[in-house]
Amino acid sequence: MKKVLLSGNEAIARGSYEAGALVACAYPGTPSTEILENITQYKEIDASWSPNEKVALEVGIGASFGGARVLVTMKHVGVNVAADPLFTLSYTGVRGGLVLVTADDPELHSSQNEQDNRNFAKFAKVPMMEPADSQEALDFTKLAFEISEQFDTPVFLRSTTRISHSKSTVFLGERVSDIPEPKLQRDPAKLVMLPGNARKRHLIVEERTLELEKWACQQSFNRVETGSEDIGVITSGVSYQYVKETFPDASVLKLGMVYPLPKQLIREFAAQYKTLYVIEELDPFIEEQVRAMGIEVIGKDKLSICGELTPGRIKQQLFDQPTPTEDTSAEIPQRPPSMCPGCPHRGVFAELKKAKAFVSGDIGCYTLGFMPPLSAMDTCICMGASVGIATGISKVLSEEEQRKVVAVIGDSTFLHTGINGLLDMVYNKSSSTLIILDNRITAMTGRQENPTSGYQLNEMEAPRVDMEQLCRAVGVKHVTILDPYDLEMTGKVIRAEMARPEVSVIITTRPCMLVPRDNQIPRPPLFVDHDKCVGCQACLQIGCPAIVWNREKKKAVVDKIICTGCKVCQQTCGFDAFQQYGDNHE
Amino acid sequence: MNEVKNILLAGVGGQGILLASEVIAEVMLLAGLDVKKNEIHGMSQRGGSVVSHVRYGEKVYSSIIPEGEVDILFSFELLETCRYLPLLRKNGRVVVSNWQISPPAVARGAQIYPENLEEKICQQFPSSVVIDGLNLALTAGNAKTVNTVLLGALSNILPFGRELWMEALQKMIPARLLDVNLKAFELGCGEVSQ
Repeated sequence: MKKVLLSGNEAIARGSYEAGALVACAYPGTPSTEILENITQYKEIDASWSPNEKVALEVGIGASFGGARVLVTMKHVGVNVAADPLFTLSYTGVRGGLVLVTADDPELHSSQNEQDNRNFAKFAKVPMMEPADSQEALDFTKLAFEISEQFDTPVFLRSTTRISHSKSTVFLGERVSDIPEPKLQRDPAKLVMLPGNARKRHLIVEERTLELEKWACQQSFNRVETGSEDIGVITSGVSYQYVKETFPDASVLKLGMVYPLPKQLIREFAAQYKTLYVIEELDPFIEEQVRAMGIEVIGKDKLSICGELTPGRIKQQLFDQPTPTEDTSAEIPQRPPSMCPGCPHRGVFAELKKAKAFVSGDIGCYTLGFMPPLSAMDTCICMGASVGIATGISKVLSEEEQRKVVAVIGDSTFLHTGINGLLDMVYNKSSSTLIILDNRITAMTGRQENPTSGYQLNEMEAPRVDMEQLCRAVGVKHVTILDPYDLEMTGKVIRAEMARPEVSVIITTRPCMLVPRDNQIPRPPLFVDHDKCVGCQACLQIGCPAIVWNREKKKAVVDKIICTGCKVCQQTCGFDAFQQYGDNHE
Repeated sequence: MNEVKNILLAGVGGQGILLASEVIAEVMLLAGLDVKKNEIHGMSQRGGSVVSHVRYGEKVYSSIIPEGEVDILFSFELLETCRYLPLLRKNGRVVVSNWQISPPAVARGAQIYPENLEEKICQQFPSSVVIDGLNLALTAGNAKTVNTVLLGALSNILPFGRELWMEALQKMIPARLLDVNLKAFELGCGEVSQ
């Protein structure tokens, strides 16, 4: 067997391949994105980006109903979007195995909340596997497909950032060879969830959970590692690794399936130890169920519900041991992420700030418009929310204040769930302004294709949605196409559309700077003519990483290595100090 | 006894930190050791701080280095080095390129890039190695090989055969960039006596 280093995400992709999956679908979201990107290397699997997680799961359900094994992946908040089909899929069950990966993000490394999606398993009555390293990510993915078919249920595979993005050693296996041929098979009593059918299916779901609970007590993925006679620890997922660091001698019940819990196994384990800990990240999910069994444990009375665990945090929270942390003192300036040099969003936010707009923001790179010095974002909740929030806030404001409200959304997020908000905006006669920052890519998660790209996940060409026609089709009369590198025009259009007492949409057209196929014509970088620069710092107010203030000279300097030649800075300068290499001025 | 060694890589998005950590982890794998590595993707790609944890030994559990147990801080930028100094063991070691990249607040003149960071690092950790990575990379022929220069220096500190490093580099680096990277690696080796 071949031994390699794989990330959790790579291992989940590999596990799906080995399990004989024929279809994989997803909407990108950190930390889940690389699963689908990696699956493209397995040509036997039809892999695609869907416009949102609900569609991805529905496509997955279809593939399963057709008889194929299918993997559906998303980040934790994506499951909120996919929850509607999920809860009823739990009733219908599957034909081909369906594994739904939820990649949670404790510590909010790249998310808007840190919800614990183990709760979804209990809520939707869907079993959930939770791997603790890449080998388990591969093995549990394969197991999840088997459980899905054996118990006629979708199965969750829960990862967290530290599993998805950690690499560890993995032994590779082979792809199964006996993959059944998918074909149509009618079974309305199972697949048509009208009340009469669904009532019967609900009974089956409850029986299924009880069976799974008993079965799980006998399975090796729930295992006891016998150590000390005094201390027992119940744990799962990445927390298991931290337990092994901090309690090297303790006895451990390591749960591979976190829902349903193997109650008999837990009872037997708990009975042996004077002191019993439950160590888990985020919610007291295991702990509450163990306590409900009448078993006393130490858990969230000491451990924090907020943030991820680390070996040091466990020691600190349980035993008050001091833990060193990175230097957060004021002398060490923070280094937050910022919009890239040449990012087409920069000028839009600079002009929104000037226009004193109240910006209803959304999820994407452009959320960085919140950061200083642009500081031009006032709300941000979830994918697509900018549009509805702008409509709602306008409902309650005076006419004068309404005009300040502008919704800002990216192309991918608009097609994800923003379009529904626009339908409402038009239908219910709002007067809001919506700016669609169309850079033709899902940029924040690492540049994934979407229906505005003209390409699919596998880089095959695809039809490109016409954003202007789409907006007109839902009834927007005023659609303006805008070059966001033209600051004067950007400001003019924004102010004009803010003043308009009807729904209007502005669509910006510059592509993401990081997509080579959309940036084939190179633009020379700029430089600052220090004879002209008066040190007014106006150019520094657009927050371009390529412009640096020189303290000694009291002048701005352009880093020509990273400057992309977008010339937005040039337009902020009142003294004509920014010149482009290759211009006549040089 | 199961002794696990810990290398923390630090720097700024775009400096080639993730590739460097891939190479180190591959060397450990080739040496027959258990190895885990961990980093945060996502927001950090937009020019933010980047750290990557590499741990190796007979059996590694956590992929995050337990706080305060970093053996080697392997760093690409001076300010980022100082941010993570408290995580080093008392007898830890720093291998750092003296590169300075202004964070956003410094770039726009709102904050000051701290001075004398090299001295601070070497005072606290006397066995530290400070390298002019950018100059050596330019000597090798490509400014983007700073990470390989640093790997060269690191290879002389770690107890693994040169052939493992060569094998890992050949596997991880595209063929057209291999020659310049091997040159960069040699220059880095020359910065640390074995």
